[in-house]
Amino acid sequence: MDNIQVLDENGSVDASLFPEGLDDGKILEMYRYMSLARALDNKILSLQRQGRAVTYGPMLGEEATQIGSAMAMRENDIFVPNFRQHGVFLLRGMPIELILLYWKGYEEGCMIPEKVRGFPYIVPVASQMPHAMGIAFAQKYKKSDVAVIGYVGDGGTSEGDFYETLNFAGAFKLPLVTIIENNQWAISMPRARQSAAETLAQKGIAAGIKCVQVDGNDVIGVYKVVKEAIANAKDGPTVIECVTYRMSMHTTADDPTKYRSQAEVDAWKPRDPIDRARRYLSGKALWSPDFEAKMQEEQAKVIDEAVAKAEAWKPDPKSIFEHVYSYMPEVLKEEYDEAVANDFWQGEVSS
Amino acid sequence: MKVNMVSAINSALNLTMQESEDVVLLGEDIARDGGVFRVTEGLLNKYGERRVIDTPLAESGILGAGIGMAMAGLHPVPEIQFAGFMFMGFGQLINHAARYRSRTRSTYKVPMVVRTPISGGVRTLEHHSDSPEAFYSHVGGLHVVVPSNPYDAKGMMIKSLHMQDPVVFLEPTKLYRLFKQEIPDEMYEVELGKANLVKEGTDLSIITYGTMVNQVTTVVEKRNLNADVLDLRTINPLDESAIIQSAKKTGKVLIVHEAPLGFGIGAEVAARIAEKAIFNLSAPIIRVGSDSFPYPFPGYENYYIPNTLKISKAIDRLLGA
Repeated sequence: MDNIQVLDENGSVDASLFPEGLDDGKILEMYRYMSLARALDNKILSLQRQGRAVTYGPMLGEEATQIGSAMAMRENDIFVPNFRQHGVFLLRGMPIELILLYWKGYEEGCMIPEKVRGFPYIVPVASQMPHAMGIAFAQKYKKSDVAVIGYVGDGGTSEGDFYETLNFAGAFKLPLVTIIENNQWAISMPRARQSAAETLAQKGIAAGIKCVQVDGNDVIGVYKVVKEAIANAKDGPTVIECVTYRMSMHTTADDPTKYRSQAEVDAWKPRDPIDRARRYLSGKALWSPDFEAKMQEEQAKVIDEAVAKAEAWKPDPKSIFEHVYSYMPEVLKEEYDEAVANDFWQGEVSS
Repeated sequence: MKVNMVSAINSALNLTMQESEDVVLLGEDIARDGGVFRVTEGLLNKYGERRVIDTPLAESGILGAGIGMAMAGLHPVPEIQFAGFMFMGFGQLINHAARYRSRTRSTYKVPMVVRTPISGGVRTLEHHSDSPEAFYSHVGGLHVVVPSNPYDAKGMMIKSLHMQDPVVFLEPTKLYRLFKQEIPDEMYEVELGKANLVKEGTDLSIITYGTMVNQVTTVVEKRNLNADVLDLRTINPLDESAIIQSAKKTGKVLIVHEAPLGFGIGAEVAARIAEKAIFNLSAPIIRVGSDSFPYPFPGYENYYIPNTLKISKAIDRLLGA
């Protein structure tokens, strides 16, 4: 099985593998999005620490996997995330205030605009994969050339839903690209103990699916393999394992110092996906400290505006009742009327 | 046409497939084999393998695929071969089908009809006779339907396929071929969430559904009772007003279902009556269900499923109170 790396840790590219049609402008754009993703990640983390967001799963260190794969999607391609693909959402044009609404604990954050062509965060591990497969099924049924890109973590590859999805996708030759965002840790379970398989990508072999492993911190490499998988999607599925590293905690409720050493984390620092892309751009004179300062300032402004919007937004408890079914059944209407008549929503939940 | 429940459901699927290309069937052995109960027989020939899809053996995968297909604009009808195997896909139904609409405030919806045979009485092997309706009703977000006759089965299937909600359509195996009924050839709908007053009377109310409807009417007819017999037809959402109306009229309520007694549909119905009509009652509410343990092997099932004697004794208690 191929193990692809185009952009190495020093910012040098392997010209023989450089993807066709990728120009420096696009690489610069990916750099901007990786930076935006990191800035947003930091912001939500800090909001959570201040009690202004709920439990949050940071993406620190996984920017190249997300931005490289999202950039490879065509306009109409559809993605199905797990709960960590904030970068994919950003690149696909998800309004930041909606991302924030989700992490502030409101369903309205899942009201994804149609143009994003994405599905909402899914928390039960790997259970989104059969959906991605069904969505791919529908594309084939409608004879559209749309590809579906499903994301799953290293831990998720142990789930039955993951295997069932690969098996279906292979049997029906579905236009499904499965991206394993292998960040080495499933909460406290290291990759080595998750599976005896040498690679996670090879799990596709048993399903008769093409599989490839790529350096998940190499934004150009990820872009390349995803682009190729999407181009081949009309002929069948691909499994791509992006080998990256979760630099931060599983979620804000997790303390990784309990189960992994700082030395291990430090060993991954030189492989940082953003630093690596910066070295490349710097070498091409496309990056400077001034550029960086200006970009960061702009991005901070965009994020702050979104935070202000999200925090000004007011929830409406009526909406909980209105969207359970396509109509409000009598028995539910009665519960709703009772709540309104008695001002239950004004009551306090005691500690 | 005079048909049994198998043909009635088959007719509903055929008519809705004819009406809309979005309707797609998927499941184990449903295409070439026509389904293990032959409910989908003939549909492969008519609509081809693009729309009648034999899938690999994977219940969670089938239901999860259905959810994805539904969200991508199709109206899938996944079949799970037996309700006992549907637990393998339970997570997909509870975590996703039931809540995708609410968690996205209707940005995404899951128009999907999950079909599976339920209940016993036909001497099947283990795991082929469960009555799991309470599980699927508890979560909210799923319509849960149990038809008791061919007319309702066809009309409710058509209605389900005209809705934009996930429906768990539970088909009592025993009723598939038990009797035939004259029903319209053409398309018609039976509303979900509406019970059917099978018999009208003033002395007592018997609230039931599925396989127990025939058991109950047999007892009522044999004893010549002046009873309301209410067939719930839809378990969720419950037709509470029909239940309360009947309870208030007769003041005596018996609830009968094949599913185990504990934490069951009977408890839900009884609680609603207790809240809204307890002062109209002249006797305690009585529930009859299967005993509160997992479904036994077929050799023992006749000792387990409520029979006419058990129902009759419950009526004695109710009328004697």
